Amino acid sequence: MENLVLSKEKLPEMLTEIASKYALFGPIEENGFTSFKHINNSQEINLDYLLTRISPKSLIFQQTETLFTFNKGKEVKVNTPKTDEAKRVIFGIRPCDARGYSILDPVFEGKKEGDYKDPFYTKKRNRSTLIGLSCNKPDLNCFCTSFDDSPASAKNVDILFTDIGEKYFVDIVTEKGKELIENLSKLFSKASEENREVREKVEQDAINAITRHMNTEGVVKKLDKMFNHDLWQKTAMRCVGCGICTFLCPTCHCFDMQDEAILKEGARIRVWDSCMYPEYTMHASGHNPRPARMNRVRNRIYHKFSYFPKNDKIFACTGCGRCIDYCPVNIDIIDIIAKVKEAKT
Amino acid sequence: MTKNPYQPMLATVIAIKEEVGGNRAIKTFKLEFQDEKVKENFNFLPGQTIMISLFGIGESMFAISSSPTEKRYIEVSVMKLGKVTNALHEMSVGDTVGARGPYGNHFDIEGWKKKNLLFIGGGIGQAPLRSLLNYCLDNRNEYDNLEVIYGARTSEDICFKEKFDEMQKQQDVDVHLSIDVQEEGWNHFVGFVPANLQRLNPSPENTIAITCGPPIMIKFVIQNLLELGFKENQIYTTLEMRMKCGIGICGRCNIGNVYVCKDGPVFSYDQLKDLEGDM
Ligand SMILES: Cc1cc2nc3c(=O)[nH]c(=O)nc-3n(C[C@H](O)[C@H](O)[C@H](O)COP(=O)(O)OP(=O)(O)OC[C@H]3O[C@@H](n4cnc5c(N)ncnc54)[C@H](O)[C@@H]3O)c2cc1C
Ligand code: SF4
Ligand code: SF4
Ligand code: FES
Repeated sequence: MENLVLSKEKLPEMLTEIASKYALFGPIEENGFTSFKHINNSQEINLDYLLTRISPKSLIFQQTETLFTFNKGKEVKVNTPKTDEAKRVIFGIRPCDARGYSILDPVFEGKKEGDYKDPFYTKKRNRSTLIGLSCNKPDLNCFCTSFDDSPASAKNVDILFTDIGEKYFVDIVTEKGKELIENLSKLFSKASEENREVREKVEQDAINAITRHMNTEGVVKKLDKMFNHDLWQKTAMRCVGCGICTFLCPTCHCFDMQDEAILKEGARIRVWDSCMYPEYTMHASGHNPRPARMNRVRNRIYHKFSYFPKNDKIFACTGCGRCIDYCPVNIDIIDIIAKVKEAKT
Repeated sequence: MTKNPYQPMLATVIAIKEEVGGNRAIKTFKLEFQDEKVKENFNFLPGQTIMISLFGIGESMFAISSSPTEKRYIEVSVMKLGKVTNALHEMSVGDTVGARGPYGNHFDIEGWKKKNLLFIGGGIGQAPLRSLLNYCLDNRNEYDNLEVIYGARTSEDICFKEKFDEMQKQQDVDVHLSIDVQEEGWNHFVGFVPANLQRLNPSPENTIAITCGPPIMIKFVIQNLLELGFKENQIYTTLEMRMKCGIGICGRCNIGNVYVCKDGPVFSYDQLKDLEGDM
């Protein structure tokens, strides 16, 4: 891994350079909260944020996306929309959110021969270069370290920036990252041993600042014996079914497909959906396999901590803490897994 | 753009048969793909499903109810229930629909050769069984006894009635019909499908039982089959969950860690008995 440094005053120039060749996305503050948006001017970027409220999964797996358009006159025609072909750079993504993409990849890109690939996701993913930004000050509910990750993890990004005071320490992780930096090399200088030591210290301090931990050891096997445990009913008593935990989660990927049409033409659109809603599984016959909130709370936890590990060999949680921060009734996923560990079966 | 799996192919409705009238109406739609190449090459196996689109309305998943031995068209048999199915029932010959698929796994038509097949269906659940049954009839020498147990709420609700009559006449299939409550002129069994099964007491010897129908029927049929001595791997069923993508991505159709759209819809009881999930 190659290491460079970039002095902070050169950041605007770097971003301007990148924006001239790539579609640049980064955290922007709007109406009091930050989210990842297309950036025209480097001044817009807000790097004081920790986590965007809506996870940047929305850049790759869009909240709404046109799957195809149709004419429904006498002669029906269907057309796949032209996708935006521009190469993208996503700047300032946190290590946990970048890991979210890696968790979603097998879902949308398929894992074995014969699996379907989602071209909308795959295309955006392949032409995105990720410049991560380490977290110097993790938040109250951050627990990425519980998943063998770190606030300064370079595992799921192409380039990682770490704030070391006057400068950013820059890890060039992948070929893609190298390519991006090549044209900008005049802005960077070689990292010194001292720079590296500061970077290590920033990482260690950040790790130490994380106070919450989820112990997932043995959870998959334990859950196999807990489908009928009263923990789900107890948890569900508090849940109001708002679904915000799933919308904000970087690994939730359920979607609905709906038609929007006027007289002669229209489109089939996909929109994020949530397994926390009763309509989600309702059959047209009236039968509903997950009629009660208990069924839906249970499905959410099992999907992340049993089904995902079984199917994709990974827990579908990055430890970002969003679902804990924003649940209106303080349902806490760390707490739930702790109760799973404790439960008598 | 690599192939867009959400974009349906176009098909023309070339025939419509009214199977059942009234408020639980069922119609069978014969569909022909508009693209000549697709029409020639579309291949599937009994048990597989297809996603039918009505543009501006939406999509629904159906079992392909025709047999793969019938070339150049496919059929779906649809019960009128909600938005898409109501609109489908309004369609006329010559109209265009979208179709994508075939999806999912299939019945083991190779592995079941030289065996007796026992079909146990209820209501619209006969649709996937019809594909398999017609396939077996078109390859009659490959299979031993074929026996059908089928029930509906009333005699009016019996789906594919003429086909059953025809099969009974030809006597190469044993057909046992039932309705839930007695009607004048009905001279077959009266009662639920699981009860008819118990009464008929079929032998599990070299037999595969395939059942499809409402969840509650499936449950009791399986229970009775086990009591009759059928082994877990001699019992097959198809499952239904609400679906959107049909290709294992949208996350909607899971029962436990199994996605019915791509890992199903056909399951042996051997697979199902340990599967814990909401269904
Ligand atoms: C693998 C598989 C195979 C299938 N095979 C067949 C088949 O061969 N033949 C067949 O007929 N069906 C089959 N189905 C079922 C079929 O897909 C549904 O009946 C169909 O999708 C209903 O769509 P709809 O648009 O008409 O209902 P919708 O209008 O989409 O229903 C949407 C929602 O509205 C509500 N709703 C609408 N109508 C009603 C109602 N009457 N009662 C209660 N709630 C209602 C429900 O909440 C429902 O979920 C199969 C399903 C699967 C998964
Ligand atoms: S489950 Fe909660 S903590 Fe885990 S990734 Fe999703 S939102 Fe973040
Ligand atoms: S955010 Fe909290 S209340 Fe809302 S659905 Fe999730 S667990 Fe339930
Ligand atoms: S219908 Fe989308 S995953 Fe099965």
